[in-house]
Amino acid sequence: MGEFKVHRVRFFNYVPSGIRCVAYNNQSNRLAVSRTDGTVEIYNLSANYFQEKFFPGHESRATEALCWTEGQRLFSAGLNGEIVEYDLQALNVKYAMDAFGGPIWSMTASPSGSQLLVGCEDGSVKLFQITPDKIQFERNFDRQKSRILSLSWHPSGTHIAAGSIDYISVFDVKSGSAIHKMIVDRQYMGVSKRKCIVWGVAFLSDGTVISVDSAGKVQFWDSATGTLVKSHPIANADVLSIAVADQEDSFVVGTAEGTVFHFQLVSVTSNSSEKQWVRTKPFQHHTHDVRTVAHSPTALISGGTDTHLVIRPLMEKVEVKNYDAALRKITFPHRCLISCSKKRQLLLFQFAHHLELWRLGSTVATGKNGDILPLSKNADHLLHLKTKGPENIICSCISSCGSWIAYSTASRFFLYRLNYEHDNISLKRVSKMPAFLRSALQILFSEDSKKLFVASNQGSLHVIQLLEGSFKHLHAFQPQSGTVEAMCLLAVSPDGNWLAASGTSAGVHVYNVKQLKLHCTVPAYNFPVTALAIAPNTNNLVIAHSDQQVFEYSIPDKQYTEWSRAVQKQGFHHLWLQRDTPITHIGFHSKRPMHILLHDAYMFCIIDKSLPLPNDKTLLYNPLPPTSESDVVRRRTAHAFKISKIYKPLLFMELLDEGTLVAVERPLDDIIAQLPPPIKKKKFGT
Amino acid sequence: MVNSHTLSKYTLLRGQEEKSVIQSFTASVDRKFISVMSLSSDGCVYETLIPVYPTDPEENQRVVSSLLLRAVVSGSAPSGVALTVLDRDHVAVLGSPLSASKECLSVWNIKFQTLQTSKELPQGTSGQLWYYGENLLMLHGQSLTVIPYKCEVSSLAGALGKLKHSHDPGIQVMPPFVNWEASQGDGLGSQHAEQPRRILRRRKIEVSSQPAVPPSKQLLTTIMKDSEKHIEMELRKFLAVKTPDFHAIVGDLVTGLLGRCQVEPSFCPRNCLVQLIQTHVLSYSLCPGLMEMAVKKTDVQLLQLCLQRFPDIPESVTCACLKIFLSIGDDSLHQAEIDMESVFDYGDSVQGDNVAAPVDVLQNGFSPEGDTCLSCCQEVPAKPQDAAAATPTCPVTPQRAALLNAILHSGYSEAFLLPHLKDIPAQHITLFLKYLYFLYLKCSENATMTLPGIHPPTLNQILDWICLLLDANFTVVVMIPEAKRLLISLYKFVKSQISVYSELNKIEVSFRELQKLNQEKNNRGLYSIEVLELF
Repeated sequence: MGEFKVHRVRFFNYVPSGIRCVAYNNQSNRLAVSRTDGTVEIYNLSANYFQEKFFPGHESRATEALCWTEGQRLFSAGLNGEIVEYDLQALNVKYAMDAFGGPIWSMTASPSGSQLLVGCEDGSVKLFQITPDKIQFERNFDRQKSRILSLSWHPSGTHIAAGSIDYISVFDVKSGSAIHKMIVDRQYMGVSKRKCIVWGVAFLSDGTVISVDSAGKVQFWDSATGTLVKSHPIANADVLSIAVADQEDSFVVGTAEGTVFHFQLVSVTSNSSEKQWVRTKPFQHHTHDVRTVAHSPTALISGGTDTHLVIRPLMEKVEVKNYDAALRKITFPHRCLISCSKKRQLLLFQFAHHLELWRLGSTVATGKNGDILPLSKNADHLLHLKTKGPENIICSCISSCGSWIAYSTASRFFLYRLNYEHDNISLKRVSKMPAFLRSALQILFSEDSKKLFVASNQGSLHVIQLLEGSFKHLHAFQPQSGTVEAMCLLAVSPDGNWLAASGTSAGVHVYNVKQLKLHCTVPAYNFPVTALAIAPNTNNLVIAHSDQQVFEYSIPDKQYTEWSRAVQKQGFHHLWLQRDTPITHIGFHSKRPMHILLHDAYMFCIIDKSLPLPNDKTLLYNPLPPTSESDVVRRRTAHAFKISKIYKPLLFMELLDEGTLVAVERPLDDIIAQLPPPIKKKKFGT
Repeated sequence: MVNSHTLSKYTLLRGQEEKSVIQSFTASVDRKFISVMSLSSDGCVYETLIPVYPTDPEENQRVVSSLLLRAVVSGSAPSGVALTVLDRDHVAVLGSPLSASKECLSVWNIKFQTLQTSKELPQGTSGQLWYYGENLLMLHGQSLTVIPYKCEVSSLAGALGKLKHSHDPGIQVMPPFVNWEASQGDGLGSQHAEQPRRILRRRKIEVSSQPAVPPSKQLLTTIMKDSEKHIEMELRKFLAVKTPDFHAIVGDLVTGLLGRCQVEPSFCPRNCLVQLIQTHVLSYSLCPGLMEMAVKKTDVQLLQLCLQRFPDIPESVTCACLKIFLSIGDDSLHQAEIDMESVFDYGDSVQGDNVAAPVDVLQNGFSPEGDTCLSCCQEVPAKPQDAAAATPTCPVTPQRAALLNAILHSGYSEAFLLPHLKDIPAQHITLFLKYLYFLYLKCSENATMTLPGIHPPTLNQILDWICLLLDANFTVVVMIPEAKRLLISLYKFVKSQISVYSELNKIEVSFRELQKLNQEKNNRGLYSIEVLELF
């Protein structure tokens, strides 16, 4: 296959933000996840847990609550006192509305999904009516003494439970008055804590209220009489979150020690109708606080400070023991945060609030497989570009020649011109960006760095001609009438003639850049596109989907290529389909048209289209063959997929030239080292 | 093995059979004994055990011979008889049986006192027989006849169903497990085999006359009415075909059998029950009466089988089994056919082999009390005191060990087991503790902390049970002087183990530090250029 010099980069100092809230939507089987920096991500659990959408964070918009309402609308509320609705089509914030109650600590949608309830710092519980295009304040409930940290509706919609500091209130929705106040014991194991914070409540249809608190207890209350029924001390630290299954036969709680406990309603004896809540399974998939949990019909979902999103399927609920029954741990975003300038060997790293530009080192030495070559020049940190304002960066790109950098936040678009004079770099911002270029979801430079393609969140694609120090808007491809779906992925052919763009659900559109018109649309596929690229010379469009299928579509012929058909006919190797991270980048090399480079977080693969495809009987992941093995055997066992799992977790990989690769790794240990220390637990002894 | 330069003379002591003459004999060497088997003119086979290392070679010693098989050949054979040992449990005898005049070769299972197979040799033999490499060689008329014969592992199922020893008052009556297909092909042609075959035919006619009844129902009615033998036969037929609701039917069958047992005290369908338990579909909850009955009858074999097969035995029943296993006499243990899979060869266990041999003799009817003592007395001096201290000896017989292992393997919940353990008498607790201590020592002998054998108890099981026993009975045990000694040695041993582990922990920490240093060396830093070759 060949020998590569690999620039193994580990200085991308990326730390994902901790997870604050998760909200599961049963109708669409989607999961909304909010992080401490205000980012909201949407995962499609039906599409192999692919992170299909995201809303960039905002410094002041720390989300404390997230919920879905009727019609799959998504709301969040946070400590800035605002309720925010997200536009899931255009991928931007639809509106933000102040609740006028100080910081909002909790929010929940009514069982019908038509009302929204928020709990505020000033002790007020506010009811909002959801109208088709906005929300409208309706009334306040009886004001409580201290902040409302948790809220839950009774499934019939007549009562709500509100967790506060040291007590739980039960409200009658009709009158808005508190009918019970249940005092939570501050003591835990004989030690009196100063305050007992009720971090979560859940109201069951039989009138039971389940509360979790900072004293490490899970308690069951009878809301009719306002009495404590049962108490489960489960942790020495706070129990931070609770989620109940729709059937109310199981619930899940998360603790500050990183443990997730599963409770189930089981019969007291084998055939009695009397049932009892029993703590059944503890899971320790987190090292830090489990800030939030969700309960889908088949899985327990948890997230917290350690930044992992963990989806733990319940084996008794999984019908088919296929790969979906496996535990998923999602740590890295399913999009590319790194771009690279091949000509100047530069890497541009995108962080939440800044960009870093690095120049790769070089070596003159050669070696054999596995050698580490002595560096003649180390990698240089060239540039640290901070954003202005509180918004997170959505996307960024560096041109192939290295002289242009562009990035965008939710409200501003920035374009910079770089000049290299020996070791000095000068940076000059291109001013006077047109008004329509306010926010971009994806930015791409053409191979010759003469054109800039911008996917805006209104669904339009802008083509901009770059001149020395200025630019000219050439064209805007408007979305098909009636659709406002934003384009998240772009690919341009190396000759600059073709531009491919893909949204989250519809097919891939291919535009003719010369004639500035839509060339064709690749038929829509059931699973979202995770990566896309156009091969040099042949102009074949390679598309990777979240179900791990890879298609090759010939743009000039407007049809799938022979190779792609052959692959589909034979099917991918079962191990290939079982990988659990999506392909996030596709690359080519101009001198080797038969090769396609793909990578996900745990492997990279060079597909050699000239070789036979592997079938399920062949070994997909080739161990390195011993040197004594004859060429005949090697040729016989060779197949098209050359896979290496050396570099992981792999965030970016690209072919710089024929024999050079760059791989950006982000070891998990380095991330953990930057997290706050977890709660110390005794491991040995009693 | 045997010192070739010393001559030891033994006088064979014989009981009532003083008049008979030894016609043929053969000898085999065990680990510690030379076993001499002799065929007397009265047609019986006797066995004599001579220790390999005699205590005093100079003196003329007296050894006792014991009856092994009674009347296998008629004493007045025309051309002499011959005897050869095939393996531990089988002997081949050449001669004319009592019932027939023609000479024949017969293979006997001495463990179960059954005739394994026989072959007529009409042209007469010369009274010479050899067994070499799984071939029996003999002179038959004018020619040398070679009969390949391989001894199967001696098992109850294999041994029964063949011709039962006709003159056998000592052995307990076991309903034979009849393999009709095999015996028809065999052409053994014994009278015993003929009779049930007739019954089978009669049954067959009955079966064909009422085809509407499902076989399980029919079997249940059989269980309610018919003889044990017949039930067994029907059961065999039924078990051969697995029906969809097999589980439920097996449960019903056991309930039916147990029900009849209660009504009819003489009815004891042991083999049927064994067969049913071995289907692996039974559980305690499916037939709660079964183990109760076995406990009542102190049927240790059935209890062991249940403990091995049932996943859901309540702690009270487990404890009842434990009580029986600890209190049952050695004699009754030797009679029972116990699955010894979990017991490894304890090697130098005194009681193991030594006790087993005389008791085996006992059951065949002849064993003067004094002679048993003699063989014991010979053994005891051979075991010096210090050797016993250095290598632990198993405090229980292998049979009992097998039973106790079954207990160790069974599942339990501590809270439910503890109150029951308090009811066990102190000396039994001590015995069990001794055995557990012995296993613990054995475990600690090798690095993997496991016992040899096919399915031995694990270290965790052993330690859990030690803790359980001590938890339940500490106040009692600590008062018994013998047990006190045991406790002290147990305490010392555990203490030494703990100190070993703490040292190991220290070593591990040092190793981890070394590993960390090593990792730092391997850590390639934040940036490197490497060479990668893809194949």
